[in-house]
Amino acid sequence: MQQNAASGAGSAVVSLREVHKSFGPLKVLDGVTFDVARGEVLTIIGRSGSGKSTALRCIDRFETIDAGQIEVCGHKVHDPGLDLRALRQDVGIVFQSYNLFPHLTIEENIVLAPSSVKRIPKAQARKEARAVLAQVGLEDKLHHYPEQLSGGQQQRAAIARSLAMRPKVMLFDEVTSALDPELTGEVLKVIEALAQDGMTMVMVTHEMGFARSIADRVVFMHRGKVHESGTATILTAPTTPELAQFIGTGL
Amino acid sequence: MRINLDFGAILERWPAFLSGAILTLELAVIATVFGTVIGVLGAIARRSDNPVATRVAALYVETIRNTPLLVQIFLVYFGLASLGVKFPAFTVAAAALTINVGAYTTEIIRAGFDAVPKGQLEAAEGLALSRWQIYWHVVMLPAIEKVYPALTSQFVLLMLASSVTSQISAEELTAVANYIQSDTYRAFETYILVAIAYVVLSLVMRAGFWALGLALFPRRRRLGTPL
Ligand SMILES: Nc1ncnc2c1ncn2[C@@H]1O[C@H](COP(=O)(O)OP(=O)(O)OP(=O)(O)O)[C@@H](O)[C@H]1O
Ligand SMILES: [Mg+2]
Repeated sequence: MQQNAASGAGSAVVSLREVHKSFGPLKVLDGVTFDVARGEVLTIIGRSGSGKSTALRCIDRFETIDAGQIEVCGHKVHDPGLDLRALRQDVGIVFQSYNLFPHLTIEENIVLAPSSVKRIPKAQARKEARAVLAQVGLEDKLHHYPEQLSGGQQQRAAIARSLAMRPKVMLFDEVTSALDPELTGEVLKVIEALAQDGMTMVMVTHEMGFARSIADRVVFMHRGKVHESGTATILTAPTTPELAQFIGTGL
Repeated sequence: MRINLDFGAILERWPAFLSGAILTLELAVIATVFGTVIGVLGAIARRSDNPVATRVAALYVETIRNTPLLVQIFLVYFGLASLGVKFPAFTVAAAALTINVGAYTTEIIRAGFDAVPKGQLEAAEGLALSRWQIYWHVVMLPAIEKVYPALTSQFVLLMLASSVTSQISAEELTAVANYIQSDTYRAFETYILVAIAYVVLSLVMRAGFWALGLALFPRRRRLGTPL
């Protein structure tokens, strides 16, 4: 499995090649290319409407692309014959709105996919639910319902739910944007710990400080293109005026 | 003007009333169970990408919603008769009521399905759940919980409407009443009693739905908050 995942695009777990995507007349992705290596943390930054979420959603085939290639853990995502559910077992995605299932307890939320998709026995799935909840610091919330949790706790539970599928890569789309600064910190800490464990991650974020501290590489998107990319140093020493201006606005 | 009421002769017939009431309740339960099944399937069909399924479901719903129940009952009754098959009146009544309430249930459950936030569906897709697993685990219960009061009302209404099946001689409560009043010449008293019996049946059904709700929606039971 591991070798298999690495094959195809060298050592890249995620690779986008000249990806184009329009919504009607609106060109949202205009030849986007980037790679994410195993264990790497890539952050995508950019102005509102620059195509960050769209790029991320294309990786998990929530959007289909018009042209180009996307390869994720050996899955050819651009291929119409893609095994969608196999792709999504390898990719975890967490959204800004946590989207926990409100009628299920946190434990049930987490156990659902491993037991019904991977057919893991319930008892074992529950044990693993406890483990991933411990990972995000919520062991005591096992039997709570989502509405009984704070926003930050719900987002951590959503991350735990994704982790329970043992994904090879995690995608985060502005997972702290709906949270107070205080709650943001607790979610970022969880993501930081994941990075230290070697999880491959792609995250869209507005948290520049966080991007600087966690990102192995940064992609700055502007008008549907990767306008500038490099290590986190580009955030302190940008080479394009657009990135300089973007950082300058303090966003 | 004086109203002279005498319930004596009617109350003597209580076993007939009771069996009529039980039959009415049986009709209601059958139509509720199968109507719910039809409603869920109909709602899935209406929301599917398959244009044939969508249109068949829409045609069904619109046909039923725009014709009187009594006519539907006659259509089933004489339709089956013209095919040369003879079913007991009870079976015909149960079938017609099920077909009728299934259409209304389709619309109610569809509204419930539509009320499940799109983000939850995406989260479920992102977890690699299949389309049917998503319906079963993520959509179904919250959708039904959201429209549960509307469903309850619809099924209680259906139980009341089942009185028109007396027209094809299903031996339900109203048919029993018709028979007793013509026998005793105490029409007003008979229908007062029947009205009370229907109120009791409505209350029984509402209590049943309430109890079922407790079993179906553990979150609601524990937290008491709406979804
Ligand atoms: N499903 C869609 N249909 C039509 N237009 C869309 C759709 N999704 C996104 N867009 C448009 O595509 C453009 C890029 O959207 P996208 O969500 O990728 O931006 P973003 O960089 O994530 O912005 P933000 O920082 O505000 O989240 C926007 O103009 C948006 O309105
Ligand atoms: Mg976005």
